[in-house]
Amino acid sequence: MDMINLTIDNKPVVVVKGTTILEAAKSIGITVPTLCHMKLDDLGIENKPGGCRICVVEVKGRRNLAPACCTEATDGMEVSTHSIRAINARRTVLELILSDHPSDCLVCAKSGNCELQDLAHRLGIREIHYKGEQSSYRADTSPAIIRELNKCILCRRCEMMCNEVQTVGVLSAINRGFSSVVSPAFEMNLDHSVCTYCGQCVAVCPTGALTEVDHTGAVVRALADPTKTVIVQTAPAVRAALGEEFDMEPGTLVTGKLVAALRRLGFDYVFDTDFSADLTIMEEGTELLNRLKRHLEGDPDVKLPILTSCCPAWVKFFEHQFPDMKDIPSTARSPQQMFGSIAKSYFAGILGIKREDLVVVSIMPCVAKKYECGRDEFAVNNNPDVDFALTTRELAALIKVSNIKFRLLDNEEYDAPLGESTGAGVIFGTTGGVIEAAVRSAYELYTGKELPKIEFEELRGMEGLRKATIDFNGLPINIGIAHGLRNARKLLEDMRAGNSWYHAIEIMSCPGGCIGGGGQPYHHGNVEILKKRQMALYREDSNKAIRKSHENPYIKKLYEEYLGHPMSEKAHHLLHTVYFDRTR
Amino acid sequence: MSEYNFQILVCGGTGCKASESEEIRSSFVNLLNEYGLEEEVQVVLTDCFGFCEKGPIVKMMPDKTVYVRVKPSDADEIIKEHIVKGNQVERLLYRDPVTGTVVRDRQHMEFYKKQIRIALRNCGFINPEEIDEYIAHDGYMALGTCLTEMKPMEVIEQIKKSGLRGRGGGGFPTGLKWEITAKVPGDQKYVVCNVDEGDPGAFMDRSILEGDPHTVIEAMIINGYCTGASKGLVYIRAEYPLAISRLKIALAQARAYGLLGDDILGSGFNFDIEIRYGAGAFVCGEETALIHSMEGCRGEPTFKPPFPSVSGYLGKPTNVNNVETYANIPVIINKGADWFASIGTEKSKGTKVFALAGKINNVGLIEVPLGTTLREVIYDIGGGIRGGKKFKAVQTGGPSGGMLTAEFLDTPIDYDNLLAAGSMMGSGGMIVMDEDDCMVAIAKFYLGFTVEESCGKCAPCRIGNKRLHEILERITDGKGEIQDLDRLFMLSNVIKDASLCGLGQTSPNPVLSSLKYFRQEYEAHVKASHCPAGQCKALVRYEVIEDKCTGCTLCFRNCPVGAITGEKREVHFIDQSLCIKCGVCFEKCKFGAILVS
Amino acid sequence: MSKITSVADLKKKKEQVQLNLGLRENSDAADTHVQIRVGMATCGIASGARETMNFLVEETRHQAIDAVITQTGCMGFCYAEPTVEITLPGKEPVVFGHVDKTKAREIIDRFIIKGELADGIIPVNFKTIDEY
Repeated sequence: MDMINLTIDNKPVVVVKGTTILEAAKSIGITVPTLCHMKLDDLGIENKPGGCRICVVEVKGRRNLAPACCTEATDGMEVSTHSIRAINARRTVLELILSDHPSDCLVCAKSGNCELQDLAHRLGIREIHYKGEQSSYRADTSPAIIRELNKCILCRRCEMMCNEVQTVGVLSAINRGFSSVVSPAFEMNLDHSVCTYCGQCVAVCPTGALTEVDHTGAVVRALADPTKTVIVQTAPAVRAALGEEFDMEPGTLVTGKLVAALRRLGFDYVFDTDFSADLTIMEEGTELLNRLKRHLEGDPDVKLPILTSCCPAWVKFFEHQFPDMKDIPSTARSPQQMFGSIAKSYFAGILGIKREDLVVVSIMPCVAKKYECGRDEFAVNNNPDVDFALTTRELAALIKVSNIKFRLLDNEEYDAPLGESTGAGVIFGTTGGVIEAAVRSAYELYTGKELPKIEFEELRGMEGLRKATIDFNGLPINIGIAHGLRNARKLLEDMRAGNSWYHAIEIMSCPGGCIGGGGQPYHHGNVEILKKRQMALYREDSNKAIRKSHENPYIKKLYEEYLGHPMSEKAHHLLHTVYFDRTR
Repeated sequence: MSEYNFQILVCGGTGCKASESEEIRSSFVNLLNEYGLEEEVQVVLTDCFGFCEKGPIVKMMPDKTVYVRVKPSDADEIIKEHIVKGNQVERLLYRDPVTGTVVRDRQHMEFYKKQIRIALRNCGFINPEEIDEYIAHDGYMALGTCLTEMKPMEVIEQIKKSGLRGRGGGGFPTGLKWEITAKVPGDQKYVVCNVDEGDPGAFMDRSILEGDPHTVIEAMIINGYCTGASKGLVYIRAEYPLAISRLKIALAQARAYGLLGDDILGSGFNFDIEIRYGAGAFVCGEETALIHSMEGCRGEPTFKPPFPSVSGYLGKPTNVNNVETYANIPVIINKGADWFASIGTEKSKGTKVFALAGKINNVGLIEVPLGTTLREVIYDIGGGIRGGKKFKAVQTGGPSGGMLTAEFLDTPIDYDNLLAAGSMMGSGGMIVMDEDDCMVAIAKFYLGFTVEESCGKCAPCRIGNKRLHEILERITDGKGEIQDLDRLFMLSNVIKDASLCGLGQTSPNPVLSSLKYFRQEYEAHVKASHCPAGQCKALVRYEVIEDKCTGCTLCFRNCPVGAITGEKREVHFIDQSLCIKCGVCFEKCKFGAILVS
Repeated sequence: MSKITSVADLKKKKEQVQLNLGLRENSDAADTHVQIRVGMATCGIASGARETMNFLVEETRHQAIDAVITQTGCMGFCYAEPTVEITLPGKEPVVFGHVDKTKAREIIDRFIIKGELADGIIPVNFKTIDEY
């Protein structure tokens, strides 16, 4: 490996050839400020358009300043990251960016979490010397994402996420010069585009230009309405991340505090989406086994592989991009929607109230869930199965506004009957988790034998595309796993071309799965946070007494009392769905 | 055929006109009539001979004697001596300033031809839609030589030896660029011709493609042979329909002759060219932006390295040169690198085409050896300043260049001198400004262009140039303050220092150079709300000089907004609150009774 | 068009074409026709070169003048567009500027037919590559 010697701020440093000045500086504890740059190492995601020019440094002998994030260190280079020239340019550029940015920090959704605000603080900007016209764009609201482009600083992270990581291709820079802005083509609204609402643009936006649609007000009003029974479900990935909003270490599990906080907020019943995750496994697992059985019997019409359908962004993605393959995914609804459907039928029945008087709120790591719960097929007489989906971030805001000292809360337990779950339901929140949960049950149901080992290490990890073969008692089952829609696209295109053959594929839209969802606390480009959240979910799983969905006693009870058996007509009606060709 | 035995050509170029060429002509005509020679001698007014410094010039035909600094009173002697007696008038002949020897006729008057046409050699001579005419003028001979007698590296050696530098702006050594592309390993490589000519006022690339498209095709094939590329792409702005149509005809003809396609001239080398259309964004002249545009992406630059030579179109090694650069290649091969290198200065070889524009008499396309002075270009070729006005500055390099003042008139034009003077070669726009031009307004004009053409990717260029333009607007509106001058200076330097691509790195040059050389004009605007050139409308006042006004009502009748009142034969009055400062009253007044202040 | 498949072919082609176009290169050539070139680049066309060219074609035919009229690119004299270069048999080419229809008629009547010069000649003020 070629090594390079250089000095940064007079300190000698030795780095591998190909290292950028930014990384070289970091290796000796010098943090050059950046704005547009973002790197998620293990996920292979990097945004460095070299556009913001905040990271400019002075390199001896060079005509102009060098952006540290994209300039390679070379042998003998002498870099100053804090010469007067570099600092003056950096501050001036930041002033310029601020001169074209609304100064409504006090009421901005990103206040306190804004990288631009942090930078202005760090560089000590007290005055903007160059004032002038500010950009003005039409705001755009969709079912899940709000675009407030006056706050866009053209870091292009969202564009990189949308195009390179997700291959959705909705966002790109349009117009020229001062009018440049990131937008769907022809400045169409997001809800007219092929946007999947995965929310990865929101997850990486350094400012308040992209945020989720805020439903906290509606939830507060429902909670205050004495005629309504308000219940809540919490998605698996929320418990592994919510603590971060309260300055807890990333990866801290806050399940008990989460339940306690929700009770304090006034929810009548606190339930768990993990429960309906188990239910999903029952339906989807059964569907897989049925298809497998028919396949083994030689049925040429059977569709294999089966694709998971828990992720609403993924569902919208294939409806737009692969409508020819829309009969391959499982017809099982997502856990959020299964929960809503069961709550407003089975549970409303138990309470003896009308579905209209029951309000179902979900806490999700996701912004696409806001869109999913509004899909027409998930409503009965215009009454949605799930009324409101809040992101992890919105819940944190609600807890803060309600004067609840989250860190001091004692752990509490979920309510019955929709609060009981297994370890299999918990790992739904990470890439590889849904398929592992499915395999745990399918193996036992197919072979009739108990699993020799409950963890499937071969299905775990952060690789964007993973393949594994599981031995079902002599029958090799090929499993594919993709997270990030680019990887999903690759898998589908491979399949369409006949290059690979799987029995089952798990797809999650967000890098890392739901733990990296668009509604989670902002990771600010730190991939370690995602890994810690993943480990937390596996920890929660291993701590659970029951770790297979089909062993969840309340699931068994639900089938006995209400649904009959998986894939029954009632189950079909309540727990399955259809997909649409959205290419028009 | 001619009934005349003699013809006297009097330079009627506007530069010479100012020095009495019309009078010279009438003296000749009158005297010839007087002497009864009008049937034998014809007097003709011609355009500029390109030697205004020594004008007015008179040329005698058929013997081609040239007389310099001719006065109307010299007509008599010329007729009596030259025409009647057949003797040259010694004292009016040109003397070589170095040797002091007399130069007797045009053939020996080297000085008189300041231009050498290499890139433009065929423009205006051949029919661009006939490949045969190109072939008749040595067309495709250089290609033949390269393909059959030279190895790629030998050709590159010649280009390197010639000293040719990129004519698109930066001046990167062409041979070196080819060499880098040639040495990068790659199964597929590309050569690209950059026809995204966008400097305001520059149109040399368009003219070459319109007048001599085959030279570009030939050079691209040679470029492909040298670098190992089998595919050429011409990136041309869609606003150049005639250039596109001529290029298409030329490509079809070259293909029909087998000069494009497989096994060119039996050498086994395959090469073909495709056209890619640009939407005319200035920034797409930057090679990485150009490549992204060709790939169907947003036309915006990316950080270099990697350079296109290493990773360009579709990630493959790509050599990008502009039209004028390519137009030199066949000549270098045909006439030799040494021949080419004998033209120009030590570090800038060959010639450069300039589009002369602005307040100059002979607006047009010229090609001069590098090292020619601005004075020669502006006065001898350009025929001097229009209307005999005073030269103020010349802007080279378009919006990326700076303003050069009279003190630089004798600076030899080359890449390094222009850079040292705070401007740049650019693609060759040369806009001349006279005493009537307001330098603040000119700087604002260029900044306005940059603001329009910035791609918006990097913050200093996107926002910084906008802010610069706003400050300049403030100043020309009379709302500036003295601190604005410091803001302009400091902001300009940061934009230059921190921008991503050449566009932003050079866009403040017009501001910085005008600030440097014409600071007093800026100060007049902000301190006294006065535009010395009288160009900034917001700062101009039109008033009636009472003593001179005759009450003719002409101004009253012509004022488009009814701002002028007054009775017949009485002094008129301009209502300042209504006046839009169009200047019509000033133009129409026959009595000089309108004061502009 | 037949293919040019070797350098020898190319040279042969060049000689043959030069012979056909011989007039301009060889003022001694026996050709008797007048060569007229009209600058037809964007700048010329915008200033009316197309009308000028059409007029010249019509008028020379009308007056039965043996003329070959072709288009060419920009001669560089933008201030004087449209520009027309005329080569009388055996003579050096002469470039006229500002050639509108009126001027074109004057050029035909005076220069082409009578051999007189007309105002508005643009002197050649550059060297060709062969002259340098």
